Amino acid sequence: MASIARLPTGRKQRGFLLALPAVLWLTLFFLLPVLIVFVVSFLSRGRGGVGDLPFTLANYERVITVFGPIITDSIWIAFVTTVICLLVGYPLAFFISTRHDPRMRSLALFMIILPFWTNFLVRTYALQTILGREGIINGVLSGLGLIGEPLSLLNTPEAVILGLVYGYLPFMVLPIYASVERFDFRYVEAAHDLGANDLRAFLRVVLPLTLPGVIAGFILVFIPTIGAFVTPDLLGGTRGIMIGNLIQQQFRGSGNQPLGSALSVVLMAMVMIALLIYVRFGDRES
Amino acid sequence: MAAIDVELKNVVKEFTARNREGITRAVDNVSLQIHQGEFFALLGPSGCGKTTTLRMIAGFEDSTAGEILIRGKAVQHVPPFHRPVNTVFQDYALFPHMTVLKNVMFGLEMEGVPRREAEQRAREALQLVRLPNVEDRKPRQLSGGQQQRVALARALVKRPVVLLLDEPLGALDLKLRQALQYELKAMQKSLGITFIFVTHDQEEAMTMADRIAVMDQGKVLQVGTPDEIYESPNSKFVADFIGETNFVQAEVAGVSGEWVDVRLDENCIVKAVTGDQSVSVGQKVTLALRPEKINLFPVKGVVEYEEGSTETTEEYMRSLLKVPNMNLIRGRVRQAIYIGTDTRYIIRIPGDQDVVARVQNFGLRSDTFFDDGQEVNLYWNGENTRILLQ
Repeated sequence: MASIARLPTGRKQRGFLLALPAVLWLTLFFLLPVLIVFVVSFLSRGRGGVGDLPFTLANYERVITVFGPIITDSIWIAFVTTVICLLVGYPLAFFISTRHDPRMRSLALFMIILPFWTNFLVRTYALQTILGREGIINGVLSGLGLIGEPLSLLNTPEAVILGLVYGYLPFMVLPIYASVERFDFRYVEAAHDLGANDLRAFLRVVLPLTLPGVIAGFILVFIPTIGAFVTPDLLGGTRGIMIGNLIQQQFRGSGNQPLGSALSVVLMAMVMIALLIYVRFGDRES
Repeated sequence: MAAIDVELKNVVKEFTARNREGITRAVDNVSLQIHQGEFFALLGPSGCGKTTTLRMIAGFEDSTAGEILIRGKAVQHVPPFHRPVNTVFQDYALFPHMTVLKNVMFGLEMEGVPRREAEQRAREALQLVRLPNVEDRKPRQLSGGQQQRVALARALVKRPVVLLLDEPLGALDLKLRQALQYELKAMQKSLGITFIFVTHDQEEAMTMADRIAVMDQGKVLQVGTPDEIYESPNSKFVADFIGETNFVQAEVAGVSGEWVDVRLDENCIVKAVTGDQSVSVGQKVTLALRPEKINLFPVKGVVEYEEGSTETTEEYMRSLLKVPNMNLIRGRVRQAIYIGTDTRYIIRIPGDQDVVARVQNFGLRSDTFFDDGQEVNLYWNGENTRILLQ
């Protein structure tokens, strides 16, 4: 329960001053631009791709009729990415947080964060060279004589998912790690004591009690991946295109800013729905 | 004699230190027989191995050597979820995401008891621990005492052969703890389930247990009923850990069977008992003497030995010396401490040693009070002086 009465009235008002810089910043550079995007999404395409009167719903119509499949593909790619991150990240986070040696834990966490030291773009280019026709994977496989023709790994939705999982796995691991680390393993002993085997102890006790971390990880991975454009741009080619690429295209050069705005509004709406689900279910326990 | 529910045969538990240097022996060659329907306490200071012993019975730890049998069946490598025992954990370990009712039902669901029957039995268990009406609350909404009851219900609902309790009252305040001690004891008697109880609180162990095993440094030092442990401790550790004891250094002056004359100094010899240890003349020994066994009376004047009956101190001394094995010595009060129910006197006795005597305050303080520096006579029965060799 968020306590409104935590501070006496006078101090509550002074407390507001602490938030003032952030409020000003967000109003100027977040709320206002969002409002502009929202308004522009109802304008027609004018000269040079910018918005112009009259107001119209045509942009949204196009979003649904023309770009509908790409939007559902984007949701699917983001969803699969998130699920893979979860399936890889949960056991990993569990492994790390149950190490007795604190040095071992720190080292493992350090290794999770290590990729951040390199620019995301550089890392994605690196994946491009690994997956390409002349890349390492094809090189090794044909060198071993396992394949005659190079596999086309690049420029597929699968390549995009691979790149996204690679880039966003830490965002799944870290919140789950925090959850599992706080988890009291005496609950597992209690479950065992009461007749639960390992699997049932996990499903009935460990998973529910670490669910906040899972949900946080889900949100932290799903939201950025659904709007991703660098990864699909570099690894997806024409078959792995996502909603982020569409938006980028509409704003680049003489695109179609009202259409791009409408796409942005749709993307924001989807993110908002994901967040609402989180608020609704993620906070239930506390 | 009742059947044996739990038996430990030469059980050893060793832990490898985290840095892999050196091995700690947490439980060292422990053998115990715990009878059916018994309230058994494992008592000892923290780190004595009592909790590790309990955890091995529960199945949370594997023993390094030795054998554990539950109802005659060896349980080595049997996982906790297949053992007919249940545990009440130190901090209860109630599942925080489940309601009280769900917590209690959990163990039954794991057994595959149909939902309606499980619910019914869980409600009965909550009634048994006198905690209805909180079924739908979460554990954190309950007080410590209530949580303790839920933990008890959650374990008892499984109808275990043996209930294991790991300092279950440790987190509660004194009054509540005392009330629950009586309640637990009564509940155990009426259910007839074997309870094995771990505690570092000797008073708690004395209050509840039928038998107590006193542990120190991984070893069981003595097993016995509360009065055996209190009256006939077999070692300095047990005598010191259970209640308060005076340790007096002395030298054996003569042995006749169980009775031994010991010398405090050249002029003062008192009687003591050896238990089943053998001593020889000239041996240095330690005597254990409980403070409340020592009686005091003045050196001069009169002694009121019964309501309205008085004797002079000389007459009183003569009658005392007629009692066989009575020890009568003279000492000097160094400090008198009034603590309400009784008065504690620190008294210098022959051999330049101090003992504590506890005298219950029957009458007014002024009636029986000895001042600092005053000479007093001390007497106690020789059977209360125990010779301890270890």
